[in-house]
Amino acid sequence: MNDSTVLLSLAGGALIGLAASLVLLTHGRVAGISGIFGGLLGRPPADFSFRIAFIGGLVLAGLGVALLVPDLVPHTSPSILLSAAAGLVVGFGTRLGNGCTSGHGVCGISRLSQRSIVATVTFMVTGAVTVYVVRHVFHAGGAS
Amino acid sequence: MSTLRASLPTVSALGAGLVFGVGLALAGMTDPAKVQGFLDVTGGSRWDPSLALVMVGAIAVHAALGWLIRRRAAPLFVRRFALPTRTDLDPKLIGGAALFGVGWGMGGICPGPGLVDLGSGIVPALVFVIAMAVGMTLQRFLMPEKAAGPQPPQTTPQTTPTTTTHGALS
Repeated sequence: MNDSTVLLSLAGGALIGLAASLVLLTHGRVAGISGIFGGLLGRPPADFSFRIAFIGGLVLAGLGVALLVPDLVPHTSPSILLSAAAGLVVGFGTRLGNGCTSGHGVCGISRLSQRSIVATVTFMVTGAVTVYVVRHVFHAGGAS
Repeated sequence: MSTLRASLPTVSALGAGLVFGVGLALAGMTDPAKVQGFLDVTGGSRWDPSLALVMVGAIAVHAALGWLIRRRAAPLFVRRFALPTRTDLDPKLIGGAALFGVGWGMGGICPGPGLVDLGSGIVPALVFVIAMAVGMTLQRFLMPEKAAGPQPPQTTPQTTPTTTTHGALS
């Protein structure tokens, strides 16, 4: 981890914190991406325009990065099959547990929410165990 | 001018999503291999702790700004703050978080980065996002909420209780 990685990590994190604060200031809510995305499935909610605009902003950010700073686009991805399986588990788990890295990890911990702290420790631990099993037991690369 | 004003809430949401997404990309959260390198705590010298700094940066900024913002009487574009109030630790929270971690470790992708990578035109990210939507829908069908929803009924009180058993497989 060199100096520029440290700076980029902190700056990226600061932008994430800023965006979450913007959501709180303007819409009075938690910037939990799995929850905002999940609300778009099923019948249209009253806050449809907020949800679709925020999710659209995330997708647009990816487009902008690909066009303007292609170096930031990851070179490797998991296989299609692994992506599908991972997506399925992430979708089920985040709705069951009411949040993901953004809602629990950033917003919840910032508010010192007991539920979010426990959730974050839990998904960090099971994430680490999963990577251990994938990399060191099955010797598979995962993202390659 | 009035249409501009009317579109401010939506524009601010779009802007927040953009800033969030750029932050994720800058931080390297959108790189599945980097995320797995972070979660690989037994990887020895290959372990990449930099994503912990992303959390530090995000929480430091949001804890401070959030504290200031919550001192306001109300948000800018809605009547009141709607923040989670639950404090109980239930099996759904722990089980759901545990499952999410497994999926996060499998692919190195969580929901936000999946959406950003989708925007960058990465096909596995598109597959991930579609599968995530399926997983969320499955969860709702298999484990429907006991309560009808967060909003109380706005209409006149119903005399005949309507049962909501659709999708009740459990």
